[in-house]
Amino acid sequence: MTEVTEEMICITCPMGCTLEVTHEGSTVLNVDGNTCPRGLAYVERELTDPRRMVATTVRVRNGRHPLVPVSTSAPFPKPQIFALLKELRDIEIEAPVAAQQVVLANVLGTDINVVASRDMPRRA
Amino acid sequence: MHTQQTDYDIIIVGAGIVGAMVARFLSRYDLRILWVEKDADICTGATAANSAILHGGYDAVPGTLKAAMNVRGNAMWDQLAEELHFSIDRCGTYVVAVGEDERLALSELEARGKVNGVPVEIISGDTMRSREPKVTPETSGALYCPTGGVCDPWGATLAAGENAVSNGVTLFRRTTFEDFLWDPDDPGRIVGARTSQGDFRARWVINAAGLYADGVMHKAGVRPEFKITPRRGEYYVIDRNRFEMHSVLFPVPSKISKGILVTTTVHGNTIVGPNAEEIDDKEDTAVTAEGLREVWDGALKLVPDLAVRDAIAVFAGLRPGGNAPAPNPAVDYHKDFIVEIPTTSSRGALRGLINLGGIESPGLTAAPAIALRVIELLRDTGEPLREKRDWNPIRPARPVFRHLSHAEQAELVQHDPRYGRIICRCEYVTEGEIVAEIHAPIPADTYDAIKRRTWLGTGRCQGAFDMPRVTEILARELGCDPLDVSKKGTGSEFLTRRTKALEED
Amino acid sequence: MKDTYDVIVIGSGPGGLAAAAEAKKAGADAVLIIERDVELGGILLQCIHNGFGVEVFGEDLPGPAYAQRFIDEVEQLGIDVLLDTMVLDVTPDRKIYATGTRSGFSELQARALVMAMGCRERTRAQIRIPGMRPSGVYTAGTAQRWVNVEGYMPGKRVVILGSGDIGMIMARRLTFEGAKVERVLEVMPYLTGLSRNYVQCLLDFDIPLQLRHTVKRVLGRDRVEAVEAVAVDERWQPIPGTEEIIPCDTLLLSVGLIPENELSEKAGVRLDPVTGGPYVDERYQTSVPGIFAAGNVVHVYDLVDWVTEAGMAAGREAAAYALARSTVAPTYVRTTPGEHVRYVVPHRVNPQRLQESEVRLQMRVTTPLEQAVWIKVEDGDTLIARQGARYARPGEMVNLTLRPRDFERVRQAQELRVSVVPR
Repeated sequence: MTEVTEEMICITCPMGCTLEVTHEGSTVLNVDGNTCPRGLAYVERELTDPRRMVATTVRVRNGRHPLVPVSTSAPFPKPQIFALLKELRDIEIEAPVAAQQVVLANVLGTDINVVASRDMPRRA
Repeated sequence: MHTQQTDYDIIIVGAGIVGAMVARFLSRYDLRILWVEKDADICTGATAANSAILHGGYDAVPGTLKAAMNVRGNAMWDQLAEELHFSIDRCGTYVVAVGEDERLALSELEARGKVNGVPVEIISGDTMRSREPKVTPETSGALYCPTGGVCDPWGATLAAGENAVSNGVTLFRRTTFEDFLWDPDDPGRIVGARTSQGDFRARWVINAAGLYADGVMHKAGVRPEFKITPRRGEYYVIDRNRFEMHSVLFPVPSKISKGILVTTTVHGNTIVGPNAEEIDDKEDTAVTAEGLREVWDGALKLVPDLAVRDAIAVFAGLRPGGNAPAPNPAVDYHKDFIVEIPTTSSRGALRGLINLGGIESPGLTAAPAIALRVIELLRDTGEPLREKRDWNPIRPARPVFRHLSHAEQAELVQHDPRYGRIICRCEYVTEGEIVAEIHAPIPADTYDAIKRRTWLGTGRCQGAFDMPRVTEILARELGCDPLDVSKKGTGSEFLTRRTKALEED
Repeated sequence: MKDTYDVIVIGSGPGGLAAAAEAKKAGADAVLIIERDVELGGILLQCIHNGFGVEVFGEDLPGPAYAQRFIDEVEQLGIDVLLDTMVLDVTPDRKIYATGTRSGFSELQARALVMAMGCRERTRAQIRIPGMRPSGVYTAGTAQRWVNVEGYMPGKRVVILGSGDIGMIMARRLTFEGAKVERVLEVMPYLTGLSRNYVQCLLDFDIPLQLRHTVKRVLGRDRVEAVEAVAVDERWQPIPGTEEIIPCDTLLLSVGLIPENELSEKAGVRLDPVTGGPYVDERYQTSVPGIFAAGNVVHVYDLVDWVTEAGMAAGREAAAYALARSTVAPTYVRTTPGEHVRYVVPHRVNPQRLQESEVRLQMRVTTPLEQAVWIKVEDGDTLIARQGARYARPGEMVNLTLRPRDFERVRQAQELRVSVVPR
């Protein structure tokens, strides 16, 4: 495994420190440029298990609008985001939808749900 | 969708202001008239993008057709505006002199005006400043013409066109003229037109094709040396909520154009422009960085207080500049209108073409006079023009929400709740108005068509708010898929697929 | 529905919702929200991404979920709502003319008014991008509405002009829905949005960002066929020879938000030409007594939590005004933007306010300061208050809180000049 030095931007807080990270695979060798310890934690996570909150929409039948916005209930594994989007693209739910209603549970083997972000009443 | 009828008396090619006025005035007579337009809507060529000025006619070269048609046409607009219900404003026009040399040049224009029979008056710099406080303090005087003013070219074309259709004219849009049809036994006799929607027979074909008039007449072997050179002019539109003017200001003219004006409009905005750039492409209505800069610099000379942050829109229009000599050989002018019924061509004797060409400024002002001239020329050929008993010159106005008082608005909304939903926030255009235009005698079936009829999307937000709503209304009213709703016809659809439907790509 | 209300709120985005709820809780009995869309929530309904509510709720919520909290509260409080209704006119004495499909034509009287109409987007015409007028040039917000609410894609291959948050968010959104975002172009030499959005919206998807670049012209007649990108120098002038044609069918513009104050002007409210919004005091009252303003209509915020805070303050004060509780005419000291500060809101402060609560000064800096800074409030040479910050960027609103301990100094000041300087 080769040693690599690359730039990363920490997104833990709005400061957005630019970090110079030297790592071998997912083993962190050195981090420069962080102004607090959370930068180190961010790099560790990014290299081993990067995650993001994912927000998108899901089709609704007989709702006021044809889509309802949804979001993951917790940060979701980055490598599986497009697989998640595909799952969500293929489903259609029936109105009315309640805010926080679980649209897809334990997605793709994780213990993360996808929930509706708002009410979607039935079409008048 | 088109009728089975293929036989007409007259075919009019082109639906700009000239075609619309010709159609409207001809609709008075007992004639079967087919009016064809290549674009998805009428009023999309030169008529869609110009200064909207009603010229007094003092600056046209005396003895030219331009001068005659300008002066005659100018006098017709009050009655037309009243009958057809569109807006004009005879606010007067001013040629503004800056410095002593320009002030002397005003006398030449005054003299020309008098020869053309146009009321003109030279006023002092002080009087100019009192008439229009926004004019440059450097003004040394101006030529004032009280019969000049501004009109609504979109409104006029649509109203005239609608009146024509209501009086029996058949309009086919999305229909391109391709060639003339000839009598197989008489090579010089036109018997109709071939179009992209089929062949149609007629005794007369009227060439009102604007930028493409040269191509049309060449197909009849007429005036092979005549060439339309598009002259592009760029403009700014200044927000009426930020800047107010009450008059039309011209600079002292140059050889190629009337110059960069600063003028009020019937809508209340101020427009600034145009420059004049000869181009090759008859569809190239792009604005350019250089052109806009030239226009702005020119405008500041007349009105130094203009602020570019108050500009809400920019656009460019193409003038169909021709090279025809004035019919009167004693007049040395080579950019005159063509308004004729040619009797010879490269095919020998010719019959069946009414030829209109090079109708650039003062074409808008002259359009109704050109229509009357077409009728005179037709009558001179022996064509029996019998008036219809039931011809109705009135095109009724449709309600415009923002023009009504609060009480009238309340009544309108109660009568039809769709007038209660504002779709274009900046111009207060309601759903009721939009629906009315979609179902009008010349139906609006694209976004731009609705825009030209209602002023929707022309304000400060330039459509950002209304576009999704208009798309939905068009789809609903036309019974089509929102994916098929377009800005200005096939090829300009807004949307490419539904959000989740990847296969539709 | 009544004819007269204690407090009428125009707009039901985060500013309006917070104002209405707070006005009711502060004792105004008759409170009405007028909303032009068919449901409450304003712009939040199309901001389906996360990032809302970290300050207010300690949670990371999507926009609609954040709005839902306040919508539920408005419903529970029994606040009247007029939906699908557009306000046409507002008079200085707070008469409102509105029209709606179901509500018909309404004439209403407000004892106090809160303007919360938000912003509109800067258009192509305002930045005068050369080219013809093909279909496919959209502002980012219009595209967002289509993609997230109506359910349509505006294009397949997209170039985005502007590195503000809306542009970057839409880059990710369009990528999620199967479009290809070719490039993001930004005319400034720095990112104008949050760096976390740069990571999560552009870097995550290998979408290239070019700073100091702009669109020289749009190509295409009926539909966008390409844009011509170009590098610019320090005076934003195109550098010849750096042009690049980027084939695409869509150009999204994320080139600025403009507070939407047409109604404010009709009501006689004086506007600050720098912010585009009303001059306000620390209670968010405008130059017209009884007319308050909150949220993006005052100046463009980047965190919704501060909009909620402003809405609550405006709502509370509007209720107090309606119930004729404020008695003493305030005296004010004005704020002025000093070094590196483009503007400060509120524009004037009643020092007496500091006897009872804090006053938050909100500002934006003119240029990025990527180093520790002091945010200073001075009156001539007298330092009145000072706070440190780790950096200051134009894309992130900067705050300084005046506290009760600052009361005496503020009371004696002729002006409060606010500057941001490197430490």
